[in-house]
Order: sequence, then structure tokens, then C-alpha cells
Amino acid sequence: MSPWIIAGFVGAGLVGLGLYALVVNAQPLRKLLAFNLIGSGVFLVFGIVARRGAVGPFPFDPVPQAMVITGIVVAFAASALAVALMLRFAEETGRVTLDPDVWTKPKPDDGAEDQ
Amino acid sequence: MTPAETTTAGGALLVLAILLPAAGILASFALGGRNAEKIALGSAPLALLIALAILAEVWRSGRPIVYAIAGLSPPLGIALRADGISAAMLVTTALIIPAAGLYARAGFATPPEKRESRKALTFWIMLQAISAALAIVFVSGDLFNLYVALELLTFAAVPLACVEGRAETYAAALRYLLFALFGSIFYLLGCALLYGAFGTLDIALLAERMRPLPAVTAAAALMTAGLLAKTALFPLHIWLPPAHANAPAPASAVLSGLVVKGSFFLTVRLWFYVLPALPAAGFDAILGALGSAAVVFGSVLALRQARLKLLIAYSTIAQIGYLFLIFPLASGLHPWTVDGWNGGMMQVLAHAFAKAAMFLAAGLLYESLGHDKIAKFSGAARAMPMTFLTLGLGGLSLMGLPPSGGFAAKWLLLRASVASGQWFWALVLLAGGLLAAGYVYRILAPALSSHPVVLKAPPRRAGEAIALTLALVAVALGFAPESFFQLIAIGRPGLATAGLP
Amino acid sequence: MILFDLGLAVLVLGVAAWTIAAREMFSAVVGYVAYGLLLAIVWVRLYAPDVALTEAAIGSGVTGVLLVVASKRLSLLPQADAPPGRGLKRAAAALSVLVAGVLAAAVLTLPDPAPSLAPEADRELAATGLGNAVTAVLIAYRSFDTMLEKVVLVLAVVGVWSVAPDRFWGGRPAPLGPPRPDAALVFLARVLAPIGIVIGVQMFWVGADEPGGAFQGGAILAAMAMIVMMARLTEPPRIDSGRLRLALIAGPAVFLVVGLAGPLMAGSFFAYPAGFAKPLILFIEGFMVLSIAVTLPLLVAGPPSRKGEE
Repeated sequence: MSPWIIAGFVGAGLVGLGLYALVVNAQPLRKLLAFNLIGSGVFLVFGIVARRGAVGPFPFDPVPQAMVITGIVVAFAASALAVALMLRFAEETGRVTLDPDVWTKPKPDDGAEDQ
Repeated sequence: MTPAETTTAGGALLVLAILLPAAGILASFALGGRNAEKIALGSAPLALLIALAILAEVWRSGRPIVYAIAGLSPPLGIALRADGISAAMLVTTALIIPAAGLYARAGFATPPEKRESRKALTFWIMLQAISAALAIVFVSGDLFNLYVALELLTFAAVPLACVEGRAETYAAALRYLLFALFGSIFYLLGCALLYGAFGTLDIALLAERMRPLPAVTAAAALMTAGLLAKTALFPLHIWLPPAHANAPAPASAVLSGLVVKGSFFLTVRLWFYVLPALPAAGFDAILGALGSAAVVFGSVLALRQARLKLLIAYSTIAQIGYLFLIFPLASGLHPWTVDGWNGGMMQVLAHAFAKAAMFLAAGLLYESLGHDKIAKFSGAARAMPMTFLTLGLGGLSLMGLPPSGGFAAKWLLLRASVASGQWFWALVLLAGGLLAAGYVYRILAPALSSHPVVLKAPPRRAGEAIALTLALVAVALGFAPESFFQLIAIGRPGLATAGLP
Repeated sequence: MILFDLGLAVLVLGVAAWTIAAREMFSAVVGYVAYGLLLAIVWVRLYAPDVALTEAAIGSGVTGVLLVVASKRLSLLPQADAPPGRGLKRAAAALSVLVAGVLAAAVLTLPDPAPSLAPEADRELAATGLGNAVTAVLIAYRSFDTMLEKVVLVLAVVGVWSVAPDRFWGGRPAPLGPPRPDAALVFLARVLAPIGIVIGVQMFWVGADEPGGAFQGGAILAAMAMIVMMARLTEPPRIDSGRLRLALIAGPAVFLVVGLAGPLMAGSFFAYPAGFAKPLILFIEGFMVLSIAVTLPLLVAGPPSRKGEE
């Protein structure tokens, strides 16, 4: 069993774990953590593809590796934006939840009584 | 090397279509303050010229125009490609973005006492970012480059959804962001598998090398799931109504009219350009069924909304549903796929203009009445006839009544479903039209009463004119000449062999 | 080595599962940082030293600081959510197992021999004057991606700032450290920062030929800036500073201008003139290092939360 096959299982496992956590957790920071787990699993799949692309003197295919570097930077930027939104929302409301009913329910003055 | 891989005449226009708004973003941020607005509006005519030049060149040459970036052909390099649908979407974007921008001048001007304001800087930068991201989505020929475009679109759209800065907008934007990130990471996972199978992410090369492998089926499913989350197709739609309804009107117009079309466009690219060789009857039927569910579910919820902006947002969910009928009705090599394709693409354009117009009109109503509660619209049509005319014309297209782009779209889809014997989709089209008539009636009926109404402020004439113009374009699309349908067939694989009508 | 790889795999998955299961948000985040470092080792085993450096610096390090700060601030608030129901857990588990299973099967059945662009990438390498093929992909063959990704970073900064209260626009982000930082941290910052700056610049410089490059070098410089700010030796800058804005856009702007000049110099957008490619690439990378080094700490610092004078 070569390292890339093991890494393949790790990548698939990470995507699965992350997906589970993303669905089960309502806390946005936990969802963000889950997103980052999925992300690293996806990057590993690129890494495996790069390693499998070893030909002759070249130990890896550089193209998928470069894509991972771009991906890691973008994922960080996304995490930063998500954290900023979370903290601001928490600051405004004093709570930490993404319960959809909080904002889809009409507010008392929102015209529901007019129907 | 296939001919599609080298730069063609006019190819440089594709790079410029992307770099113009990209440079605008950087300049707006560096110079700051009022410059952002000036740059965003000042560059819009140029963007429209570029889009029209691309359209003219695609039409003249009758085939896609291509640019190999850095002179390096795929698979090592990235190629940009614009075909008929790219050109049509670029022009649509180049019209709707400046319309939203001109409308937004009143609400997003930097206050005179300040050098720079948060709202204005964010809005004008993100508006240009949406132009840049959509330009890439429409012309890029490389799936990883398109991933970067999807991220660009997310980073532009999410701050627009919460630029008003109220608590509920932050919650809506955060949920939007989490769905969008889920979408892009699954899309990216599919890219990894496709690269692993074929050693390229260039759309044309992938189509050439395509063969059925387990990795390809997995990639198709993962990428589609990701793109559906971004397009807000039922049942992955829950993020859309709060995000679109709580954004300021010009932002809603762009988000609902254009941004969701970006990920839909990529879904079409994936299935009709990358994977046409894949036997996918099951996938087509699933996408059609989800679209149908979206039509019914979105329309029924739209009927029940108390606020106009939420109603329009739920209507977007329904109208997105129609788009996905393109998968069962335009796949394969049957003669009726021409109608299915034309109808689906017409729906993209008609909904873009109609929905942008309606959100702008809803914004004007909010400004003048101080609320957007439908039950309290009594008599408002007399005070704001132009605004309600806009809502009515936009609604005409949503219902699919003639004459309108929406009618043309639904008529073509109906013809395709009858010709192909797929009666179920015809039922969905008819039911969706009736439900849309219901929710449009709900907006207009109370407003047309003679109830006296006091406006907080007279409607902005310029804003009304912009919204009405967009609605008139949606209507005018109903008179699209045959050459329009010839244009959107340019470069579509498989269509030529099916034969044009 | 198989045993090492297997052990590493179990460890990575175990720590990942632990970050999900941990009750305290803070311990979950700390677990995530450890997880990132373990992942860097996996990348080394996949012959991807450039990725390993990026993962360690950005994926684990800078992201770690961001999440730690967030979890600390959020932990002060009441947690409003009920625990997930059993039905939801089961459905989520079924979905996850399905997706992971399909993915593993897809990866294991990828065609042999695997397709590769390594020979092509190597063939073009001479024209760029570079020795590191990954850097060549990032700055030459797929430079268009990289330039756009730099624009994404600018948008991320605007997006993060855009959640600020209006009254603080133009002011400074919150300090990264406590009012009276630990003496040890201050000492560390004074000693570490100069060394880190040298390492960061070195990593960017050698990245042309060896593992490293603008991303990794910029990330190390960013980490140094963050340590200095945590020690309160300097404060996050005012967001309306013209020099700051220029530093943030320098990377993408220089990249874009050089790309636009391509048709004049080398006949194509984003092409480099023969024989002059390497100096031009290093020129672009220099500005990218600057932009990354400024962008990452600002993304961690968050939106402005006080007036500039404070």
C-alpha cells in the first residue's frame, strides 16, 4: 500500500467527518471548522492526484499542487470573512445561533397581523 | 491540437472584459472615498462596449472566440472562450449592473461631510467585483479558473447582502456564506477528481477525453450538488430569501437577477459542455424534478408572504426551478432539444431583467411608503403608477403571459416537453404560471383600489425610469428575432447535428 | 514507512474527529491547529513541500490564530442551540458515509497510468528561468488564477471591514493582544520578529528554485507582524491609511499591470518576454509578498472597532 492510497482514505474520511459536523452543528464557528476539515480533505485529493502524476524523474505533477496553494489561501480568506460576520452578529444580538426561524419569522410589527 | 485551443480574432476582448472591472476594484480601494462610485459608473460604458464587441465578433465568426492566456495553450495554460450564451450573458450583465448602479446613486452616495463611508465604498467595490466574477464565469474555459471566479462571486455577494448593517442581515449573510462555501468546496472536489482522471481542467479538452469512469460520475454528482447550493435550487434554497430580501434594493436586483445565474451557467457548462458524452438520463430527471419542486414550493411560499421583497425573493426560487427543466428538455440529440435550450436560455435572460426591475420597484415603494407590506398597498398604484407598471410588466414575464420574454421561454419549454412526450414538465409549467398569476395579483389588486394614500416622499423619477426600462427589456425579449436563437446556439456542442428549425 | 504512514493517517483522522467531538469550542480550535501541523507532515509524505509549508503557515498557523480569537470572544456569550436530534445525526452520518465511500472509491479507481502535466511543466520551465515548477505554475502558466486570487484577498479585506459599525469607519481594528502583554511574549516578539523577517524574505527568494515562494514567505512575514501586534509593540493600522491601501493592492495591481503589458513585451497577455522572465517574476512576487504579509494579519485583526485616535 503506497502512501497515496492511505492519503486517499484520509482525504475521503476528512470530507465525510467534515460533512457530518457541518450538518449536525448549528453553531456557526463549528460549521466553519467543519468547512475547513472538508477543505483539507479536498486538498488532500489534489495532493494524491499530484503524487500519482509522478513520471520519470519528476516526483509529482506541480499543477494540482499549485492549485492547493491557491485553495488554502482562499479558504483562509473565507474563514476570516465568516468569523467577522459571526462576531458582528453576536455583538448585535448577544447570541450565537443560526436558527433560521430567528429571521424568517415575521417580527410582531411586520405586517403578519394585517392578513 | 484542436483549433479551439489557439487564440482567435477578438480573443483579447475576453481578457479585457475581466481585467477592466478587476482593475476598477483595485483602483477604487486604493483611491477610496467618492472615487469608488466614479470608477464603477465611469467604467460601465466601456464594459458594455467590450461586451457588445464580443457579441459582434461571435456573431460575425459564427464560432466561439478564444484567447490562450500567456500564449500557452491548455492543458498547461488557461484558455478563455466565449460562445453565443457567453456573449448574451455578458451583455445582460453589462446592462443590469449599471442600471443597479445608477439607481443606487441616491442611496449609496458618500455623505458630503465624510471623505469615505463604509456603505458606499463596500457597495461600489462589490458591484464591480460582481461584474468581474461574472465575466470570468461566462468566458473562462478552465474549471479551476472558474472555481476562483465562484469564490470571487461569493466574496462580492455576501458583503452586499449585509451592507445595511442590521442584525438580521448579518445572520442572512453568514448563512449565505456557509452555503456558498459548501458549494465551492464540493465543486473543487469534483475538479480534483476530473484532473486525476484526465490530466486537465480545460472544458474543451475534458469533453474530448471524456469517458465513463467512477471518478467522473462522482465528480459530476459532487460538483452539481455544490453548484445547486449556490444557485439555491430546492431543497438547498433556504439561504436565499433572507439574504435577497434584506439586502438594499439595487443589491437585491443584482443578487437575484444575476448572481444566482452565475452558478446556474456553470451547471449548464458542466452538463452540456464537459459531460455530454456521459449517459446521464437519471441526473437529468433528478434536476428536472428538483426544478419542478422548486417551482411549486417557491410559488406557494411567495403567495403567503406579507412583505413584497420576501415575495419577490421566493418568486426567485420558483423561477430558478424553471431553469432546471433545461436538463431533461435540452439533453441529447433530439430535434426538440433546440426548443428546450432556447427556452431555458430565454428564461435566464427574461428572469434577470424582470427580477431586477421588480426589486428596484420594491425599493422605490419602500422609500415612498416607508414599508413594503403588501396588505397596506391600498391605492398606492394611483400615487406611483410607473412603479406599479414596472411590477406589472415584470409580473407578466414571471407568469409567462404574452408578450414577454417569460412567455417566450415557457412557450418554448412547453413545446419541447410536448414534442418529447415528457408531459410532466408541461404540467409544472402550467401550474407554475397559475401560481405566479396568484402572487402577482396579490401585489397589484389592493394597489389598484381607489383608497387614498399618503406618500412619505414622492418616488424618484430617475429610479422609476430605470426600473421600468429593465421591465420593458424583459417584455421586449418576447419579440426576440430568430437571429437571437441562432446566436445562443453558437458553440454549443451537439446542437448543430440536431439541426436548427 | 508503511507503518509510519498508517499511524499518521489514524492520528490525523483521530484529531479531526476530536475537534468535532470536543465539547469546548476552545479545545476544538486548539485541536484544529494540531491537526493542521499533522497534515503538513502528510503533505511532506506526498512529496509536496511547498504545500506543506503553506498548510503549516496559513492552514494551521494563521487560521489557528483567527479561530482561537473568535472562539474566545464567542465563548463569552450564551450558547442558544439545542443539541441536534437523533434523527438528524443519523441522516447526517448516513450522508457522510455515503459521500466518503463514493469519494474513496472514485480516488482508488482513478485510471492508471495517471495523467500528468509534469513533463510539460518541466519543458516550459527553462523559458521562465525558474527551478521550482510549482512556483512556475503559480506565477507563469496559471498566473491568471493567482492574480485573481489576489483580488479575492482584497475583497476579503473589504468584506471584513464592511461589517464595522459606521462610526468606526476609518479607525483601527481591535488590538490583537491584552492591554499588558506577558513579558515573555514581548521578549519573544522582539527576538523572533527580526529572525522571522529574514526567514520570510529568504523563503520568498529561494522559492524561485526550491520549496517556498511568495505565499509561504508572505505568510511567515504575516505571522511576525501578528506576534508583534500581540505583544502590543505596534497597533493595527487605521484602515483609511493610503499607504496601507497601497500595500494591500500592490501584489494584484503590479501583477495586473505586468499582465496587461504582456502583448507589448511578449505578444500575449500575462506572457513574459524571453530572457527577462525571471527578474519580472521576482518583481511581481516581491509585491505579492508585501500584500500577503499585510493582508493576512488584517484579516485576523477584523473590522475597525475604535476611532483612529485611540
